[in-house]
Amino acid sequence: MDGKLTTVAKSTAFTHPESLKRPAGPSEFAQHPVNAALTSAEKIALYTKMVRIRHFEQRCIRTYQQGKIGGFLHLYVGQEAVAAGTISLLGKNDHVITGYRDHGHGLMVGMSMNECMAELTGKITGCSQGKGGSMHYFAPDKNYWGGHGIVGGQAPLGTGLAYAVKYRGLKGSCLAYMGDGAVNQGAVHEAYNLAALWDLPVIFVIENNGYSMGTSQERSSAHPGCLAKRAEGYGMDWDIINGHDVYEVRAKTSEALKRAHEKSKPTVLEIFTYRYFGHSMADPDKTYRDKEEIKTYRETKDPVFLFEKELLLAKVLTKELVESINQSAMEEADAAAVFADESPDPTVADITKHIYWEEDNRGPQTTSRGTIIFE
Amino acid sequence: MPVISYREALRAAMREELKRDENVVIMGEEVAQFNGAYKVTEGLLKEFGPKRIVDTPISEAGFIGLGIGASMLGIRPVMELMFWSFSYVAFDQIVNNAGNIRYMSGGLIHCPIVIRGPANGGTNVGATHSHTPEAILASHPGIKVVCPATPYDAKGLLKAAIRDNDPVYVMENTILYNDKGEVPDEDYIVPIGVADIKREGSDLTIVAHGRAVITSLKAAEILEKEHGVSVEVVDLRSIRPLDEETILASVRKTHRALLVEENKPFCGVDAQVAYLIQARAFDDLDAPIGRVSSIDAPQIYCKRMEDLQLPHPARVVEAALKVLA
Amino acid sequence: MAEMIDMPKLSDTMSVGTLVKWNIKEGQTVAFGDILAEVETDKATMELSCTVPGTILKIYAPAGSQLPVGDPICAIGKKGEEAPDPKAKSTPPKASPTPAIPESTGIPCIPEAPASSPAPVTAKSDATRTKASPYAKRMAEKAALNLAKLSGTGPEGRIVGRDVVAATSIPAATAPATPLSVAVAKPSDGKGIQDDTDVPVSNMRATIARRLIESKTTVPHFYLEVEIDAAPLLAMRESINKRLADAGGEKALKLSVNDFILKASAEALRQVPAVNASWAGTSIRQHSAVHLAFGVALEDGLVTPVVRDAHSKSLKEIALEAKALIGKARSKKLTPAEMSGSTFTVTNLGMYGVSGFFGIINMPNAAILSVGATIKKAVVDEQDRIVIGQRMVIGLSGDHRVVDGANGAQFLQALKQILEAPTSIIL
Repeated sequence: MDGKLTTVAKSTAFTHPESLKRPAGPSEFAQHPVNAALTSAEKIALYTKMVRIRHFEQRCIRTYQQGKIGGFLHLYVGQEAVAAGTISLLGKNDHVITGYRDHGHGLMVGMSMNECMAELTGKITGCSQGKGGSMHYFAPDKNYWGGHGIVGGQAPLGTGLAYAVKYRGLKGSCLAYMGDGAVNQGAVHEAYNLAALWDLPVIFVIENNGYSMGTSQERSSAHPGCLAKRAEGYGMDWDIINGHDVYEVRAKTSEALKRAHEKSKPTVLEIFTYRYFGHSMADPDKTYRDKEEIKTYRETKDPVFLFEKELLLAKVLTKELVESINQSAMEEADAAAVFADESPDPTVADITKHIYWEEDNRGPQTTSRGTIIFE
Repeated sequence: MPVISYREALRAAMREELKRDENVVIMGEEVAQFNGAYKVTEGLLKEFGPKRIVDTPISEAGFIGLGIGASMLGIRPVMELMFWSFSYVAFDQIVNNAGNIRYMSGGLIHCPIVIRGPANGGTNVGATHSHTPEAILASHPGIKVVCPATPYDAKGLLKAAIRDNDPVYVMENTILYNDKGEVPDEDYIVPIGVADIKREGSDLTIVAHGRAVITSLKAAEILEKEHGVSVEVVDLRSIRPLDEETILASVRKTHRALLVEENKPFCGVDAQVAYLIQARAFDDLDAPIGRVSSIDAPQIYCKRMEDLQLPHPARVVEAALKVLA
Repeated sequence: MAEMIDMPKLSDTMSVGTLVKWNIKEGQTVAFGDILAEVETDKATMELSCTVPGTILKIYAPAGSQLPVGDPICAIGKKGEEAPDPKAKSTPPKASPTPAIPESTGIPCIPEAPASSPAPVTAKSDATRTKASPYAKRMAEKAALNLAKLSGTGPEGRIVGRDVVAATSIPAATAPATPLSVAVAKPSDGKGIQDDTDVPVSNMRATIARRLIESKTTVPHFYLEVEIDAAPLLAMRESINKRLADAGGEKALKLSVNDFILKASAEALRQVPAVNASWAGTSIRQHSAVHLAFGVALEDGLVTPVVRDAHSKSLKEIALEAKALIGKARSKKLTPAEMSGSTFTVTNLGMYGVSGFFGIINMPNAAILSVGATIKKAVVDEQDRIVIGQRMVIGLSGDHRVVDGANGAQFLQALKQILEAPTSIIL
């Protein structure tokens, strides 16, 4: 007890529950139906998507250091398999919502690097026309509902999206992602309760990268061994997943999706993953973890390299293909940076647009009047 | 024309809109089986069933966030807050999510939600249950706020709110729920952003919203009968958007303005109205703008004192005479 | 192509950084993620990791140097490549065009001035400041009223709308009583000389009132009087008029005494031009021309049409013009130009039998001539005999700032000489 309160608990090589301590070799989920059914092209596409996320995120670092990105920047490097694995399973009535570490999810649902990079630099060609920034990527046409800044605030929203799917009588779901730090927010508990009480097809995905900003799990969550287990308190199904193994992510998430589609019941999934960079660009991340820990994860559990290795072994990928996929991704990211540089800012007149649907769409049907933007 | 209560007017609005649009869902604590804490939703569960009239647990952040999320996919939730005082536990959802999502997405999304419920003091329930947050909410661009004072306005504004594609927050008043007035049977709306001259006059303009309108009308009667003053009462009806033109036209006519609100003084709605009047009708003012707000303290429990803490006709008359001096 | 690595922005508040230590050397190959250096920021010492794999071509910032964010610290490229010149920053990142702050953002933070901005009431010291409501100020400006002259009935003596209303219109039955109410004493027998009525002040009367007050209270009047022998003048007038009548019949021009006075005045001013002047504050304006104003009594007041350049006009010309102007005055057709610009004024109450008087100066004239009736009276002639004479008393009111007693007297002397030997006027 004493130790927990008075000393900085530096976690040693990241502790996963016993059941997950297996050697990082070829995935035992490769033959799971949902993965076995993938064609070579689909496998390569999945790998490519993960590589693209990584290179985009890494290019962002340079843009940030050049002073072109202001505010916050939360990087997804190390967590690629979580977004890639889960989103690669989704259909037309499945929706995605997440917190502010949202670039990976955005790219996975199909947003372009250009609009994503331009948004980071606040340009009008950005996906939110420069009005959202890093934390607020949205793509409703791709069933992607953001990108939210307040920790845990998106959990009730995700539950609501699932509610709407059910209300309409559709077989669908909403994947509501959050970090390990969000699970202690009141809104999340309220969302859990509503999801379980009303049997809503929501899948709460806890991307557990071990740290909520600078506070490790041990120091922030009561009963830290397994955050997903809290679902039992609400009578919800739950599962834990190795986030470095994209096949495992797919296999176990598909179970949750089935539950949502067929029984309209919620699941809490805790996916163990890791981030190589600080919580955000402003985080020097020296105060709460060891360099060794990052190095160990990179060398033994990097999701992109593990999948690459697996596909090379299976002769789906070749070294040349790996090289060219990485090169293309880097070039695509560089081109996005140039696109962002050359794009214009929004104008002062744009500041007061997109506040109200009724004002942006004034027409003969509009009944409201009066002053709505003040001076 | 039928004469019904403010409460019945709200219920009629919801019933008509539930019939009109299958996306409309009524949600809140005790709205279904209990028939509503203040009986506003009485009978709706029976008529529309549990899919349309939904009882929620005590979980404002949860169910309001849920409603907002659902609205992004086209559901039109009408969420009841038993008291607007309870909105503060859901403030993040109400202001950060509902109010900002459209803007932060660059106009890709909108949230056609309604949150409604009583926002009033004067019921002897103490400081934490007597809030009037219309000014705080209206200060956020992205949000609309309306305050009906009469049954006619209650029905018309709630219908307009439900049909509006932006978040509209409706400030009701438990004390007004029993007030009766003429309300047409047929379909009508009161457009959002349009004030109403509840009483015409020539010597003084009183601007008010919500129950303060009723208080001001009583004061106007006294001012006419006992002081020979002709008072015009402007009912804002809508806080954001604000009908600036009606306010200004009245002040330009009478040259003297008194603002009456149940908000506490600091940044209450009337602070904004006062700025507006002095900025745009400066040369028409024959006296400084007067103001009657609630006495600046948390809502007191003692009923006799609470009645004095809120604006009451005598205090309004006194303030009016000062403006007319 | 070589990439320039700049001092990075490592926190959102960082503006300068110190390059504490290099972890690599020139010529070394680096991979993505390798630590290049340690940089001290405003918050902490951070590691700068490599984002561009390649070879370190050149180090520009030696260990210990403090540089602003954005300054080059090293270059990375292909082995053997030429290191770029740090001064000539190759294609500096195309800065997003700094938005020119538009002249008008369309979001004014103060309201536009209203179309009719009220004339500022000249505020004196705070103690004597006139307090008036904006509405009252606007109304006063419209009515051309000096607010300082009104008294306010609002709180703390503020002038409010009703005070302006009371000052500019009929004190209506509903308007509260003004401080000065005219006390009306009703006749005890119930029959008065006329009805008690409140006659609204016309614009003309109001203007006259205003100008007279101004003249009487701001011009230091002094008065001189002269009595002239009007017999020669009257004789001449009679003979000229007879000749004109013989020639022209009914419609013939008839010279009036006033016409002679006007002509004589112009001539007298030629001789004593000091009186044909105006006070201008820091100077006295001497006028080159004589523009004569003369009084015409109308039903509801007095107007003073002006005969311009009277010094160069003959008696006949002046008479004709005066006649025309009187006609216009009576039919209210005088133009503002015909009523202004005088340098001297003549006013005549002789036709009413007034023996003599002194008028109020018509600003900005320096004097006004007031002509009385010609009266038959016993006079003493050169032989000290008492004979019957025709005498006319003429008064001169002078602006003592412009005209001295001596000038004024000289003028009157000249006028007397001319009028008593009127043949000179005809020339």
